[in-house]
Amino acid sequence: MIKAILIFNNHGKPRLIRFYQYFAEDMQQQIIRETFHLVSKRDDNVCNFLEGIYFTLIYRHYATLYFVFCVDSSESELGILDLIQVFVETLDKCFENVCELDLIFHMDKVHYILQEVVMGGMVLETNMNEIVAQVELQNRMEKSEGGLSGAPARAVSAVKNMNLPEIPRNINIGDINIKVPSLSPF
Amino acid sequence: MLGYDVSWAAFNIVEVMSSSKFTYKRIGYLAASQCFHEGTDVIMLTTNQIRKDLSSPHQYDTGVALTGLSCFVTPDLARDLANDIMTLMSHTKPYIRKKAVLIMYKVFLKYPESLRPAFPRLKEKLEDPDPGVQSAAVNVICELARRNPKNYLSLAPLFFKLMTSSTNNWVLIKIIKLFGALTPLEPRLGKKLIEPLTNLIHSTSAMSLLYECVNTVIAVLISLSSGMPNHSASIQLCVQKLRILIEDSDQNLKYLGLLAMSKILKTHPKSVQSHKDLILQCLDDKDESIRLRALDLLYGMVSKKNLMEIVKKLMLHVDKAEGTTYRDELLTKIIDICSQSNYQYITNFEWYISILVELTRLEGTRHGHLIASQMLDVAIRVKAIRGFAVAQMATLLDNAHLLTGNTQRNGICEVLYAAAWICGEFSEHLEDPMQTLEAMLRPKVATLPGHIQAVYVQNAAKLFATVLRKHEGETDSQAAQETSQLLIDRLPLFVQSANLEVQERASCILQLVKYIQKLQQKNVEVAEEVTALFAGELNPVAPKAQKKVPIPEGLDLDAWINEPPSESESEDEKPKAVFTKEEHKHSRSRHTEVDEKELARRREVRKQEQANNPFYIKASPSSQKVYDAPGVEHIPVVQIDLSVPLKVPGMPTSDQYLKLEEERQQKEKAERKKKEKKKKREKRGKERKADSGPESEEDIRPAHQVDIVTEEMPENALPSDDDDKDPNDPHKALDIDLDKPLADSEKLPVRTHRPEVLKSPAEDRVNESIPQETNKGSGKEKKEKKKGKEKDRKRSKEEKKKKKHKEVEEELLESQPEEAIQSEETKEATAPPTSTSTEEETAPSSAAAVDTSSAAAPESEPDEPKDAEPEDTKSSKHKKKKQKKEKEEKEKKKKKRHHHHHHHSDAGGEDSVQNGTVEEEEPLPPMSNYSLLAENSYIKMVYDIQGNHQDESKVVVSVIFENKSDSFLKSMEFNVLDSLNSKLQRPEGAGPHDSLTVPFQLPPGVSNEARFVFSVQSIVMPQKLKGTLTFIVKSDESSTHEKLDFKLHFTCTSYLITTPCYSDAYAKLLESGDLKGSSLRLEGISMPFHHLLARICFHHHFSVVERIDSCASMYSRSIQGHHVCLLVKTSDQTVSIDAKCDEPSLLGNVLDEIKQTFSKC
Repeated sequence: MIKAILIFNNHGKPRLIRFYQYFAEDMQQQIIRETFHLVSKRDDNVCNFLEGIYFTLIYRHYATLYFVFCVDSSESELGILDLIQVFVETLDKCFENVCELDLIFHMDKVHYILQEVVMGGMVLETNMNEIVAQVELQNRMEKSEGGLSGAPARAVSAVKNMNLPEIPRNINIGDINIKVPSLSPF
Repeated sequence: MLGYDVSWAAFNIVEVMSSSKFTYKRIGYLAASQCFHEGTDVIMLTTNQIRKDLSSPHQYDTGVALTGLSCFVTPDLARDLANDIMTLMSHTKPYIRKKAVLIMYKVFLKYPESLRPAFPRLKEKLEDPDPGVQSAAVNVICELARRNPKNYLSLAPLFFKLMTSSTNNWVLIKIIKLFGALTPLEPRLGKKLIEPLTNLIHSTSAMSLLYECVNTVIAVLISLSSGMPNHSASIQLCVQKLRILIEDSDQNLKYLGLLAMSKILKTHPKSVQSHKDLILQCLDDKDESIRLRALDLLYGMVSKKNLMEIVKKLMLHVDKAEGTTYRDELLTKIIDICSQSNYQYITNFEWYISILVELTRLEGTRHGHLIASQMLDVAIRVKAIRGFAVAQMATLLDNAHLLTGNTQRNGICEVLYAAAWICGEFSEHLEDPMQTLEAMLRPKVATLPGHIQAVYVQNAAKLFATVLRKHEGETDSQAAQETSQLLIDRLPLFVQSANLEVQERASCILQLVKYIQKLQQKNVEVAEEVTALFAGELNPVAPKAQKKVPIPEGLDLDAWINEPPSESESEDEKPKAVFTKEEHKHSRSRHTEVDEKELARRREVRKQEQANNPFYIKASPSSQKVYDAPGVEHIPVVQIDLSVPLKVPGMPTSDQYLKLEEERQQKEKAERKKKEKKKKREKRGKERKADSGPESEEDIRPAHQVDIVTEEMPENALPSDDDDKDPNDPHKALDIDLDKPLADSEKLPVRTHRPEVLKSPAEDRVNESIPQETNKGSGKEKKEKKKGKEKDRKRSKEEKKKKKHKEVEEELLESQPEEAIQSEETKEATAPPTSTSTEEETAPSSAAAVDTSSAAAPESEPDEPKDAEPEDTKSSKHKKKKQKKEKEEKEKKKKKRHHHHHHHSDAGGEDSVQNGTVEEEEPLPPMSNYSLLAENSYIKMVYDIQGNHQDESKVVVSVIFENKSDSFLKSMEFNVLDSLNSKLQRPEGAGPHDSLTVPFQLPPGVSNEARFVFSVQSIVMPQKLKGTLTFIVKSDESSTHEKLDFKLHFTCTSYLITTPCYSDAYAKLLESGDLKGSSLRLEGISMPFHHLLARICFHHHFSVVERIDSCASMYSRSIQGHHVCLLVKTSDQTVSIDAKCDEPSLLGNVLDEIKQTFSKC
């Protein structure tokens, strides 16, 4: 089973966190932190498997992002590695040249795509075309409902009045396009 | 979310989840999946919402609900929704099917009872036409089987077929992994697997598949007893393929290759050892993971011959290694390698001690205690090495400043603990005990951690004893007195220690030494007595020794030692009558008997404890061995090479032993040649003769005759293995035998088409044909039983076949006769009498129980367990059929009467029947709002009515249709006679009397849900609508048109919508004064208060605003915006409900309905 899927950038900022086993928040943070420490100090040309503290870690590093899958012994290591590639390629297809900003501003969409790939810690679908098709269909359905703009006025005002401490004005990030190398399927 | 707590939003999430728009629903479920967990209390509010979404006509609503649920399913949700999800497993859309199949795994984990009923369908899905669904099913079964493989052995032929036919690498990998788990249990399976797996290994280009195949072949080979010639070929193939992987430039493959190699190593070390070069090469790899894997492999590759060489290499790495983690890993590996299987591979313990001493030079390692324990272990268990060890430890103590020098938190100073103890305990081997004693009493010692200081102090006393004896032996009383003075001078430093242990020991010993000094001044010989303080041999005790002490016969650990204190005072006041005295006597004598045994046991345990405790000062020297006579005959003679200088000056180096070893081997070789000529030449030559026998390559003569003292165990220790399984493992609950036939009591707590319904009063009214009913039920049971039988037969066949070494595929050919048997059985099943009678039999007893309580629900409860029992014996009852038939007649009558009785007691109660069983033990009994709409021999309809948030004049009626017949039901049309108030919403263009087509067909045994929208104008009164369902029954030969009438009952409750309300808003509402009040009293309610509240919430769509002890305020809102407020109080089985609402007639009706709900339970 896949226990968790973590995406964080080179500085350890989490971009997507998906736990399939419940951990309290502080534990989640600790896992993210420790995973980052383990993964970040490894060179790009070493192997992609790692015996973590809690599970086996299987990760890939694309440009600024680390995609880490925490799995137990029932998963095939190379299979998961391939799954990461499928997931990233799907992201690339859905966002057209996916970059870290896409993950920041469309976190929900990334989750929806992930939901079509992995469900409850088990692999749901590995065929990229099928995944993209399902995501597209659901997006179309959302569009037909008028999307989020059709939200009740109350909700919109609530979000507008939300008291966020500070909203970063200028986000300056260099070249963060994830270059998806075309890997031979396994 | 993203590692932050968002539980404050839990309620808002529930609100968003319940939105009718997909856009919001999706967001709601996403948020829920991110932050809900088992402890989230609002989850209990979502049950109905999820159920609705699951049965939504839009596949994506269902999909989103399934995905969300997979992340936060709780035992309650699993129990309540298991059946809905099971229905979805045969959904028309593969997209839903695969999700439903996957989520079943989560449901099983949370609600293990669902596994057996759901398993047959899960098995079907293995052969689903859609590859995605198939892969999901494989996925789930693999997860299940990994934890409890033995229950899934019967699926092996099916998987075998899949493996040979599937081309999907994902599925193949999973199946092959599964086989890896199954083979250890069934070696015959392994034999069959080898060939197809070898083919796959040869043919596949996918590395992942190749790797898994190799892995499983390894598992197979492990499970098979070696010996068959073609197996060595398979091993060779595996090792060869793995070598290719390891040599690959891809680090991932290299890593996995090493990982798999380590598995082969366990059973076939020789085939791996030939690749030693490759593995040692990997030790130099820049990737730490790979180095660690290579280290693992080294562990298994050592032999007596190459141990020194390998360890030398590792020591080099230790010096080179950067980063403490890797260095620590190396250190533990070295110790592991050397100490494995009781120091099996160590031929020269002097070398090992030197290695350990060398390791102490590591800076900043965390494993000081590991080295220390090794030193202790070796010194205690290898008697021959003690002399050498003590010398080394003395040097260590002398140079202690090197170890503790720079950092206080340095873990390495732990070795001083071992060094001090060894020097103290085996001080008779010390060359110059005085020097060591001084080293141990240096002021610098006070900076060491407390527990080490304590050992220092204690062992200084031991050394003191040794020194005293030495001097007295030489009659050098002056020197002896100087020693005492040294202690008296130095010990006060320790007396001041902040550490309690150190302080206590130090002051104790200080007083002792002062006393001894006094005696010395009087010229009394004290050495003998002082030595006696520390006499005695210490033997290692096995770590589990204490646990294994058997409980003496007749000892009951749970029994009271003294009589428990009596509660009532009157007993104490009782006069001492004769009989009490007797009792006392009796009990006392028994107690003493027990006590003696107990005492003996304790004594034994204590002795061992003392023996194990290096700090323990032996009290009675007379009973113990004294140092002077350490059983000389037991000490094996240390074989000392004349060429080896025993005492190595300064810090030893292990390298010299390597050289020595080589030299010695060469010498031996040379000797062997000489041996031919001169038989009795050298001492060593003689020795080897004693060793005798031709020396094989593996046979390296150890440098010392090592007597490794085995660990002590208590007498008659229980040979039991410790069950190391974690009792909290959720998978333990899933260890369920799946081949057993399903018992009736095991069915899922079904809300939709529950078997219990046939006993519910509501149904009685609609359907009077009781005998038919029961036949139907028993038919079902039979079917299930039949399935079980089938499986049994399959299994036995399988075994037979395997004996004959047939191919597994043959099973398919054999399925035909099996079918014939099956049809025979169906005939049997259609013959009703046997099972009917068993069912009927149970009825009277339950009737008797119910008579008094006049409740409807409990009737089914006693039925359930009893149903299962006669089931088992049923097959043997065939002969008794006729007798039973006669009985049956009588019992039918009885049952009718009994049902009649119910009819009376429940007049008027028709909607929301409780789900048959009411289990008081459970925290919350399962509840369902689905009630029976109508039923005949073909079809059963149950329905639930829910209000709609968005539209104030609409309610949705969800109807679940269940096909009970063996035929196909199609063209179902649903029609209702509209009233002025309520109308069925028909598509545009349809006339007011046209019927709606139900959008699906029903194969036999399948149920599905359809929803119909009604528009209502006034909601203040309950209402009944008449309707009809028409459908075509299509069997093999004919098709008939059938019709079923029903009455839809719109209760006022169904117009209420669960709406949360905050207490301040609630208070304002009550203060406003717009509401009119009414009240209700319920007597004889015995259920717990929270059950009561849960029932009101669930059945009548209320939410709890606030609850204080046995008083709660509740709120709900109608679809047209009427506020309904309740104040529920309970005391002594009486529940009073004060209610307020802006519409009095609505309130009256709702209260009536609440009353009905509780009159039924």
